[in-house]
Amino acid sequence: MIMAILANISAAEIKTLLEQVSDPEVPVLSVIDLGIVRDVWVKDEKEVQVTITPTYSGCPAMDVISMQIRMLLLEKGFERVVINTVLSPAWTTDWMSDAGRQKLQAYGIAPPNPVPQVCHQELFAPHEAVACPQCGSWNTRLVSEFGSTACKSLYQCNDCKEPFDYFKCH
Amino acid sequence: MYEPDNDDAASLIHYLLYLGDNALVLSQRNSAWCGHGPVLEQDIAITNISLDLIGQARSFYQYAASLEGKEVTEDTLAYLRGERAYYNCLLLELPNGDWGHTILRQFFFSVFQQQLYKQLLPSKDSTIAAIAEKSLKEVAYHVRWSSEWVIRLGDGTEESQARMEKALVALWAYTGEFFQPAEYELAAAREGIGPVVAALQPGWWQQVQEVLAEATLQAPEQGKTWMQTGGKTGRHTEHMGYLLAEMQYLQRAYPGATW
Ligand SMILES: [Zn+2]
Repeated sequence: MIMAILANISAAEIKTLLEQVSDPEVPVLSVIDLGIVRDVWVKDEKEVQVTITPTYSGCPAMDVISMQIRMLLLEKGFERVVINTVLSPAWTTDWMSDAGRQKLQAYGIAPPNPVPQVCHQELFAPHEAVACPQCGSWNTRLVSEFGSTACKSLYQCNDCKEPFDYFKCH
Repeated sequence: MYEPDNDDAASLIHYLLYLGDNALVLSQRNSAWCGHGPVLEQDIAITNISLDLIGQARSFYQYAASLEGKEVTEDTLAYLRGERAYYNCLLLELPNGDWGHTILRQFFFSVFQQQLYKQLLPSKDSTIAAIAEKSLKEVAYHVRWSSEWVIRLGDGTEESQARMEKALVALWAYTGEFFQPAEYELAAAREGIGPVVAALQPGWWQQVQEVLAEATLQAPEQGKTWMQTGGKTGRHTEHMGYLLAEMQYLQRAYPGATW
């Protein structure tokens, strides 16, 4: 006999579950840390809707992330998992959680500076001051405004000489 | 919901394809620099810009596909339309030329895109407004990066300046098309979906002129050049077919192939 498994999970519990879904490009961050889960709505015992917002328009991680969210919630007993993508309001690094910032730092990626402080620079403006995640020195320099993924730029520490990624303000 | 067979919806789909095609075609051109950029950091920069543009194109195509319904998807729009059904501006399909040429084109286009997207923020179509809002943050980076490089190269060595002057002559005649509206842009303006494109020209020119001056490049005289047009209505240069042949080859040869 096949028993129907009915999911009986609250939206808050689902948000906790989603901490298991990580960004494939920055695996130390969960989708909750990143602040890209905008809403969770449990319609009934069979259907749940999750609203996410992309970090960058062309971020290839988004498709993988929606698939992982879908798989996880199907596994938990939902029959229908609807993933909605919203673009507005546009994602900003200010939505990254404090826990996320600490995890980035520990992982060797400098976390984003607060947005009002540094975004929208003038041409040839001095580059953002970013602390080295290895030694903490502020004596660092921008190597490239565009880095290994759309969300990062490449810096180097002038003191310990380590190159590092900076999760750039957006 | 929109009715796919009414005139307004058809016009809106054209408008979305125009916006998406601009982004996709330039992205395809820029991506050819992958592994060939003059230095690693700038190779990464131009390919990151490509990625942003692909993302924008996807957003516009997904929305267009949802209006078209039937079997249409973002992928069929990108891979199965012939050149006459592409509406991008001619400037974006031109061959890359040298690095200066690529940079100058990016600069002309990014400044235009920034002006356009700002005017799409109050669009009556909330999906278009949301795509513009999202994309503007990325375009701000593209404008800054390409402006700085136009200045470095223009006000650089004799060689780099000569190349920028050559690029300016080659590309200038293709910049007028941004501001000459196609039928679907006029319709979008009437409906409050998009701006009057001719009205974007003064702001664009102001910003372009400032950067060219800083780059010590002689700005072309206004109104003296015959401007090439046609892309917006599907009449393309001889380069477009080759571009699509390369981009669409896999889906044409192996229909429906997936990773
Ligand atoms: Zn250091």
